[in-house]
Amino acid sequence: MGSVGAKDVPVLLSPEGIRVDGRRLDELRPLRVVAGPLHRADGSAFVEWGANKVMAAVYGPREVHPRHLQQNNKAIVQCKYNMAAFSVDERKRPGLDRRSQEISKVIAEAFESVIFAEEYPRTSIDVYIEVLQANAGTRCAGLVAASVALADAGIPMADLVPAVAVGKVAGEIVLDLNKAEDNFGEADLPMALVPQSGRLVLLQMEGHMTREELSHALDMGVKGCQIVYDKMKAALRDRYSAARPAEVAA
Amino acid sequence: MDSGHLPGHRTRGREGRSSHPSGDRTLVLPGEEIPSDGLRPGSGTYRVHGKVYASVLGLVAERPPFIQVLPLSGRYIPKAGDVVLGTVTDVQGTFWLLDIGAPRWAPLHMTGTPWKVEIGETDRYLRVGDAVAVRVENLEATGRIGVTMVGDGLGRLEGGTIITVSPARIPRVIGRGGSMIQSIQSLTGAKMTVGQNGRVWVDGTPEAIGRVRQALRIIDLDGHRPGLTERIQDLLGSRSPDVTIPRLPAPPAEREMAIPDDDGPEPPDEP
Repeated sequence: MGSVGAKDVPVLLSPEGIRVDGRRLDELRPLRVVAGPLHRADGSAFVEWGANKVMAAVYGPREVHPRHLQQNNKAIVQCKYNMAAFSVDERKRPGLDRRSQEISKVIAEAFESVIFAEEYPRTSIDVYIEVLQANAGTRCAGLVAASVALADAGIPMADLVPAVAVGKVAGEIVLDLNKAEDNFGEADLPMALVPQSGRLVLLQMEGHMTREELSHALDMGVKGCQIVYDKMKAALRDRYSAARPAEVAA
Repeated sequence: MDSGHLPGHRTRGREGRSSHPSGDRTLVLPGEEIPSDGLRPGSGTYRVHGKVYASVLGLVAERPPFIQVLPLSGRYIPKAGDVVLGTVTDVQGTFWLLDIGAPRWAPLHMTGTPWKVEIGETDRYLRVGDAVAVRVENLEATGRIGVTMVGDGLGRLEGGTIITVSPARIPRVIGRGGSMIQSIQSLTGAKMTVGQNGRVWVDGTPEAIGRVRQALRIIDLDGHRPGLTERIQDLLGSRSPDVTIPRLPAPPAEREMAIPDDDGPEPPDEP
């Protein structure tokens, strides 16, 4: 990106197996999850993942606009992923583009498969993901934030959905690509999974991997998701553990 | 929680969510397994391969023959008989649509009002933005929420302002047998109507409304901690209020839905 020209490809992996940012092959970047930072939304979450900063807000279930999207047997899940103009080095032209539409779509579909939408017919559950600062892996960070925000909004669903990207860098399979690895590596494989059932609800790939590498990458991703999952749960526990339902004492 | 006391009757009425002290009340998140001990999965749960999991964030409660999760967040889920406060969002020829904070807008038919409304003249009685107190009458499987404005204490709300708290806190706003709301009213001189959907209508002097707003904010943010009654009485009561709290500047004349001032840093501290 920006200052790094295509000519000077950085050394992505040291002979000792240490990555550009000092991580081992199967190490995540530092991850911080905060549940419920916003008060106007029904649910919200903030995720700081390496140099990524992502805010997610959830509204609903609420009336569907425009009306014709309404489904009379279940709620619809709408997602809008957006990158702020200032989220990258070179100012990004604000608004919808092909990339953000694609990401919005795959994230909405990931959530459709876990949300119990039949409980709220003719309504919409709206998920907004705003990337404030980007450094590779924003679709995973956005999905993680949105999933915590959905739980914060009290939306019924099968499970939280942790996500992580695995990739291939300098011939090795590595967990959680950063920007340099994403740009100059050989493959990128974002995935999201439902821990309760073990099902994958998002899996995309850019670049090339052999069959063996793919299966190794998936194993590594599942382990990474488990760590992310624990952080998501800790964030929600942190916000709600002090709470008691008013009904108990009323 | 303040007590060993058994939960009082009345406040929440009917199928009394309050009246079973049983259950372990642990916090669960969506996807977490709940030991069910042979109990059947109730609301807020689902079952796969004979195991029960939570589907919402909340507290586990055993209600034999069911095990359920009481949600700690989320929108107001309407119940028949609840009095709720709403604002008009749309006017049609024979009915109005009300936003009551539920997943859907609730239609209020012209026959459900104390007035003799002619077809097409609905907008002479209520317009978009007007606030009303209504009662939830029937809930249909389609999610439609039928409401009526015929009954005691129901009708158009004139003057005053609406303050929003979490619907889960409404029993705390009311207090045991109505004790909390009565003491807030008598200590501030304000007039209040409480909706089960988390909206509270308040009328009185600007100063009184400001103090009620502070009291409700404490209940909303901090209502789960013990000694709530004492803290509210300290805030509003015999002690000089400016020792306890920074006074709010008299709020400008507010209409309709006032946006609650709820995004301050943390619960206000108690000296």
